[in-house]
Amino acid sequence: MNIESRNMSLKDKLLSSYLTFQENQDFDNSIHDIKDAAIKVFEEKGFPTRKDENWKYTSLNSLVKEDYSLVGRNDDAVEFRDVKKFFLNDIDTYKIVFIDGKYSSYLSETTHDGVDVCLLSAALTKPKYKSVIDKYFDKILKKDSLTSLNTAFAREGAYIYVPKGKAVSKPIQIVHFATGVESNLMLQPRNLVVVEENAEVQIIERHQSLNSNPVFTNSVTEIYAGNHARVDYYKIQNDKEQASLIDNTHIDQQTSSEVAVHTFSFGGKLTRNNLNFYQNGEHNNSILKGVTIIEDKQHVDHNTLVHHKQPNCESHQDYKGIFDDRSTGVFNGKVIVDSIAQKINAYQSNNNILVSDKASINSKPQLEIFADDVRCSHGCTIGQLDEDALFYMKTRGIGEKEGRALLMYAFANNVLESVKIPQLKSRITKLIANKLGVNLGFEV
Amino acid sequence: MLEIKNLNAGIEDKDILRGIDLKVNAGEVHAIMGPNGSGKSTLSSVIAGKEEYEVTDGDILFEGESILEMDADERAHKGVFLSFQYPVEIPGVSVTNFIKTAINQTRKAKGLEDMPASEMLKKIREKSELLEIDRKFLSRSLNEGFSGGEKKRNEIFQMAMLEPKLAILDETDSGLDIDALRIVSNGVNKLRSSDNAVIVITHYQRLLEYIVPDFVHVLVNGKIVKSGGKELALELEEKGYDWVKAETTV
Ligand SMILES: Nc1ncnc2c1ncn2[C@@H]1O[C@H](COP(=O)(O)OP(=O)(O)OP(=O)(O)O)[C@@H](O)[C@H]1O
Ligand SMILES: [Mg+2]
Repeated sequence: MNIESRNMSLKDKLLSSYLTFQENQDFDNSIHDIKDAAIKVFEEKGFPTRKDENWKYTSLNSLVKEDYSLVGRNDDAVEFRDVKKFFLNDIDTYKIVFIDGKYSSYLSETTHDGVDVCLLSAALTKPKYKSVIDKYFDKILKKDSLTSLNTAFAREGAYIYVPKGKAVSKPIQIVHFATGVESNLMLQPRNLVVVEENAEVQIIERHQSLNSNPVFTNSVTEIYAGNHARVDYYKIQNDKEQASLIDNTHIDQQTSSEVAVHTFSFGGKLTRNNLNFYQNGEHNNSILKGVTIIEDKQHVDHNTLVHHKQPNCESHQDYKGIFDDRSTGVFNGKVIVDSIAQKINAYQSNNNILVSDKASINSKPQLEIFADDVRCSHGCTIGQLDEDALFYMKTRGIGEKEGRALLMYAFANNVLESVKIPQLKSRITKLIANKLGVNLGFEV
Repeated sequence: MLEIKNLNAGIEDKDILRGIDLKVNAGEVHAIMGPNGSGKSTLSSVIAGKEEYEVTDGDILFEGESILEMDADERAHKGVFLSFQYPVEIPGVSVTNFIKTAINQTRKAKGLEDMPASEMLKKIREKSELLEIDRKFLSRSLNEGFSGGEKKRNEIFQMAMLEPKLAILDETDSGLDIDALRIVSNGVNKLRSSDNAVIVITHYQRLLEYIVPDFVHVLVNGKIVKSGGKELALELEEKGYDWVKAETTV
């Protein structure tokens, strides 16, 4: 494989620091083995380049040519009052908070009361979690190079275990802060979410840098949804202009489970979402929704996969994007329906508005259907705003600027209907309104 | 209030309006009738400020001031309202949010603060009762999936909320059932006063039994070919347009 020379330095740095990293960890042999295998995958494949079909429109060049510190410094210098605004505060929640990759007990609120809402580092090292770790850790994901890189270095992140029949009593916020106090920082958080049969959980995840040093986050989340389980996952991506995020999320769904992932991408330098759903049982419902509103030279890439492996399942994908200035978007939605997976309904839609003629979006559905009894629809639109609607609004006294903003707001806001946490919904609504300059002189 | 002088307008190379003269005073109701494609909707759009149409000659004065150079929203702020023949659907914006925005934008243009929420709510309640509009309806996306009649009723609800000086109702009666026609007409009549005026565009005499016009004009091929009192509408209903057309070509 031809690895671009510019990639060498970061890759080499990672490979050599891996040895030191491994020596200093008190993991079981089985974990060490997983990690050794993972670093080999990364060593072989390296960072993806635009020659990879899946990375045609997203280049990591500018990211990997930087030099990063691989360990953050955590001196707990972050005061709650300074970061309060990054949390959802108007409802009670559990919180698992990290600063530069290290757990912040001061900002967190965890539990072991019937459910485990705590740290992956504990789960990876303490015997009482061993059976769950053996069963699920590194079992759900696809072993691509970035996920493998994360696996090799995985140590810290959220560990959520919801046993059979339990519903977590309040939403869980997972927040990763980056202070980048020293210099550029690379972070590799790893989350494991296991939701057993008939269990339920709501999770809100956010990555937030607190100053303008470049941060490169390569995050992996594994989610297991047992029979009849319900998982409701929200990703808030509204980071600073120097922060880049590659989010790799892998979801294993068992019979009659429902998993929804909403991704709100409003800021950051480069954001790539690799969202993979594997339907391993019948009567699954997978919901993938996204709102992207970006400007300047920001880039957001949604790379989704729904793999229908069993009959009688559904998937619903609805992604909306609004692109201003020179921002760029990518939507690559892959749906695979295996030959035994009959009676599948798979919907996919990706609608975009280009506000500026310098903005662009590449939208590509990829359907690989091997069953014959399948209802599959996909649609992609790239449009400007409806001029007739603008005129209509003007005749009611709503001016051009306000009318445009309101139309974009309405366009994006439609996706929020399925958000199940009302306070989160109104928070996102306000974020959208702010971004678009809509004066919400009304309750929504 | 409104004075249209020798108005010529069209789109691309097509002339649609060919020299329209019309004067509407405060307190009056004018009806405009005429065959399909004669230019009635074009005339209303041009008054409301649709930029697609090019005015090639003539002028439109509103309260003595030419409004041709004004944007549609500016005209709305001055008190011009157009009820659309085909109202536009706006998914994702509720009727309530839309009308609130419209009212507050209009107030802002006049240098006023936003309308206090309690006053807004009271007004919405009052006007929706007047037009017998169900509460649930107001939280639906504007015009999306509304029936033809519901759209029209909603247009008049907005008119009632905005209280314009000049209301142009483009075929508001089409799509309304018999009860709705009565309710909507009642809504329009409630707005009437010596300070404002209404232009109703219709194909049917029936509406004019509820909203009784002071003048009836017949528009054919971009020109007003005949004007008269309310009895002209009856005559048209009886005889069709051929006789007016015949009369004018002589
Ligand atoms: N945007 C446009 N592009 C091209 N032609 C147009 C446009 N708008 C109007 N016209 C033409 O101008 C003429 C007048 O149309 P208009 O809609 O004003 O008629 P109308 O009197 O309202 O008819 P109806 O009774 O059917 O509503 C028609 O021939 C129509 O096709
Ligand atoms: Mg018409």
